[in-house]
Amino acid sequence: MIRRAVRFIDTRAGAAPFIKATLRYVFPDHWSFLLGEVALYAFIVLVATGTYLTFFFHPSLADTVYHGTYAPLRGQKMSEAYKSVVDISFHVKAGLLIRQTHHWAANVFVAAIVLHLMRIFFTGAFRKPRELTYIIGILMLFATLLEGYAGYSMVDDLLSGMGLAIGYGVALSLPFVGGNLALLIWGAPYPGDPSFESRLFIAHVFILPVLIGTLIAVHLTLVASRHHTQFRKEKRMTNRRLVGVPTFPGQAPRSLGLMLGVAGILLLLGGLIQINPIWLWGPYHLAQGTNGAQPDWYLGWLIGALRLVPHFDVTIGSYTLVPNPFWGGALFPLIVMGVLLAWPWLERRFSPQRGFHNLLDRPRDAPGRTAFGVAFLLWVFLIFFAGAADRIYLFLGWSYQEQIWIYRGLVWVLPVIAFFVTRSVCRELQAIERVEEVREAAEAEAQAASA
Amino acid sequence: MRRLRFLSFWLGALIGALTGRGRRKRIVEEGSESPGAELAVVGLLLLSAVFAIGFVVVLATGSWPNRTQYEGIALGGSLLLMAFALILVSKKLIVTEQNEEDYPEPEHPEEQAEVTQIVRESGSRFTRKRLVKGAFAAAGGALGVAAIAPAISFGPALDPFELNWTPWKRGKRLVTEDGAPLKASDIEMETFYTAYPEHSARDNIAAPVVIVRLQPRALKLPRSRRNWAPQGIVAYSKICTHAGCAIALYRKPTFPPVQPDPALVCPCHYSTFDPAAGGKVLFGPAGRNLPQLPLMIDSAGHLRAAGNFSGPVGPSWWGVRMKGPITQDR
Repeated sequence: MIRRAVRFIDTRAGAAPFIKATLRYVFPDHWSFLLGEVALYAFIVLVATGTYLTFFFHPSLADTVYHGTYAPLRGQKMSEAYKSVVDISFHVKAGLLIRQTHHWAANVFVAAIVLHLMRIFFTGAFRKPRELTYIIGILMLFATLLEGYAGYSMVDDLLSGMGLAIGYGVALSLPFVGGNLALLIWGAPYPGDPSFESRLFIAHVFILPVLIGTLIAVHLTLVASRHHTQFRKEKRMTNRRLVGVPTFPGQAPRSLGLMLGVAGILLLLGGLIQINPIWLWGPYHLAQGTNGAQPDWYLGWLIGALRLVPHFDVTIGSYTLVPNPFWGGALFPLIVMGVLLAWPWLERRFSPQRGFHNLLDRPRDAPGRTAFGVAFLLWVFLIFFAGAADRIYLFLGWSYQEQIWIYRGLVWVLPVIAFFVTRSVCRELQAIERVEEVREAAEAEAQAASA
Repeated sequence: MRRLRFLSFWLGALIGALTGRGRRKRIVEEGSESPGAELAVVGLLLLSAVFAIGFVVVLATGSWPNRTQYEGIALGGSLLLMAFALILVSKKLIVTEQNEEDYPEPEHPEEQAEVTQIVRESGSRFTRKRLVKGAFAAAGGALGVAAIAPAISFGPALDPFELNWTPWKRGKRLVTEDGAPLKASDIEMETFYTAYPEHSARDNIAAPVVIVRLQPRALKLPRSRRNWAPQGIVAYSKICTHAGCAIALYRKPTFPPVQPDPALVCPCHYSTFDPAAGGKVLFGPAGRNLPQLPLMIDSAGHLRAAGNFSGPVGPSWWGVRMKGPITQDR
């Protein structure tokens, strides 16, 4: 039976050698390698749940009045888009489950990508010959942020509207072209032309997912063609020789189990833990705003950056060179992306290693890189936390303005301290290991001598 | 000796033919059986099936309270149980082999040389390589521009001063959300009101204004705006000049109670504006003061605009300081 199936495929597609190579492809055995897989499986859940949602979502800003089952909204004027999402939540079978699972999956997707990136960065897995894989990963992260933003923006609830207003403000703030570009994207001054909704929709369900899917395919092809990196846990694991578990029978059931597990947990989250209750925010009206509705976590760093910048526009005469939101909303993420993209080459500039790297570093093995990574991460995270200063005010009563002033200092001081502390910790750990090695060698020698 | 080899070959072939398979060496390592784990896997899979059927039942029957929770538990539970089954399979029922293999060759110098050679040699008939390359670049570039040119139909990008349009002009009455004209006597202290221009579109960034009443003595308006605040009533654009959110907070929650001066606050990034001082930025990231709308009170006591805003409404862009607000009533 198996034999016949294999023969059928081999004679039609000539695929037996390829299948054999795939089955025996070697995966190194380390838990941290799962993070990328979690991201991949979250993406699959996103595509599946998202497809279901498109059957019921109306990407239209046409006015309508709600007459559905949710009493507090009855009789309210709203857009077709918002009404259809309320209907998905209360009317479509399993609609709320799938919608919430979709939203949870988006949050988990970005989180898994960020953790995966941290693993790649701190172990030096991005080095030659894997720079392209790494760059594609970074591009995917930023495409994902846009995708998530477009997703919650097209619902046309109050949170969407506030997020879009900020996006519009940031687009306007781009030097020299901002005014023109924002009008091109929105079709008219904010809130824009009604066709803007279909632009968001096509970006969210077609352009960006296809882009991300293509990048995933290239990412995985490149991983497979250069094979996985590995930690040096045993002597036989070298820069030339890879040790690990074969795809089949070893890795496949594990990975499949992980996929089903990720999907299962996302569905449990979607079923049991409320996320983005759009019926509470209500339909968007230009003149409304609230600080109760908070965006998804992965936009927090941009909110923090936008809030931290002191009040000034850079002007030359009557020409506004740099409107304020540019610093936090555009330049800051561009710097983060630029540093991440350039890192493999930056690092090569400062360290003499130019060869091929199939063996991973432990963070302590590269004190400079680890220290920079910790400092950079802390910088971004402090700015992220600054975005939550209003929550801290509400819960703990610390003055918002004082917090912002403190953050304005901390974001520049703490990363520098973190850099030097991390670097010396790494060096200290290395030194301890060297002492340990010498001691073990001496002990072995003593034993040999006594024997 | 030769005969013996001959004999053993045919014997092997005969056994092979009888048992139906050639004698091949095992590829996957052998391991011990584990019937208990097998039973556990079967149990997990059957339970997973029960949960999956449960999901269908919940969907079909429909009218349960907390339906979403049951749906999530049923479908998520089914997937999780199957995941456990697979993990058990990989831990207990499949041999965990450790394989080794060489990393692929870091590079292929021979092929690299050949590819370079092929590309080089295929161009040997050209005598004006640079000229041809330039011509291709020109055509390609022009075609690229032509390909993205239709994007101009996306929006009025060539005349961005549309961004400065507002529906306000002298004499325009201020109306509430319901369209009722606002009277000066409606405006109380300690709170704020949202108003719109009468008979104009409201889904326009320059339409909504906030109105507050302050003590006339407390006003610190610029000299040129002396008459803009009859009875201490001031009106400002409701759209923040930082990133375009609606200014939905009045003095809360950014100020501790010890700072009693009223302030208009945007909940997005906490730009804070002083309504007594012509919309001056007190704190937060906004780079421009909040545009003020001059007010007057007509003989019937209704609030009317006494002109257009003190500056363009909405977030800053390169031309925002070049022209004032342009009245364009749509």
